[in-house]
Amino acid sequence: MSSIPASAFLALALILFCIGLYGALSKRNTVIVLISIELMLNAVNINLVTFSKYGIKPSITGQIFALFAITVAAAEAAVGLAILIALYRNRKTVNIDEMDTMKH
Amino acid sequence: MTFSGEFIAFMLLALAAVIGGVLLLNLTNVVHMIIALVFTFVSIAGIYVLLSAEFVAGAQILIYSGAITIIMLFGIMLTNHNDTSEGKPSLWRRLFLLLGVLGFAFAVYIGIYNLDLAPQTNHLHENNTMQIGKALYSKHIIPFELTSVLLLVALVGSIILAKKDEKGGE
Repeated sequence: MSSIPASAFLALALILFCIGLYGALSKRNTVIVLISIELMLNAVNINLVTFSKYGIKPSITGQIFALFAITVAAAEAAVGLAILIALYRNRKTVNIDEMDTMKH
Repeated sequence: MTFSGEFIAFMLLALAAVIGGVLLLNLTNVVHMIIALVFTFVSIAGIYVLLSAEFVAGAQILIYSGAITIIMLFGIMLTNHNDTSEGKPSLWRRLFLLLGVLGFAFAVYIGIYNLDLAPQTNHLHENNTMQIGKALYSKHIIPFELTSVLLLVALVGSIILAKKDEKGGE
């Protein structure tokens, strides 16, 4: 019925997750870190939708879970950006290395 | 391996997604980084279509390449928008990080590379949106309503967080 093996989709999701992980840990601009986290969430959504088609019992529940994950990711992006703007107003920086008030 | 149309479409979409991600890591201007990521999001929507999830693909286009990209661009424009993210972390730190990420990738790849799931007969592609609607309003009605509460809380919370403090912050 389908010519693409499931492991191809899983490998693509793994590559995207690793790119997102590397970006989230190595970039210094906070907006880029936030959007790398979005990329990681997207990779997880690919896995969910893949198993909703290729799993032992294919059902629509995987797609519904992916929709819930998209919703929560959108809420997370909005709250993260609001925190970023409040922080920028106080500290005048978006550099993640200088956000260390709670460290000392 | 025979190159069916589905396979070629998958390869092109996967290539576009990975190229978008690599450009995100390598570009220096932050606005260009976000534009590069739009390619990744649109390609992921195409991948969803290949996986017979048309409604999720539509939601992906609307929410990710529409809303989240625009909100991130707003975040950049309201802060340092001409900030090219100069000053990379030190070489040792990057090397260590690369090793860690590659180790993680290798560990997961061992688990999936010979995973052979035979595709079952499924009916996901017929009336996809109707199936989602039926399942959402019958089996998953409580999480659905809780999601609306979550969105309301996120809306109010982000407005309060980003609002200007009139009393000068205490």
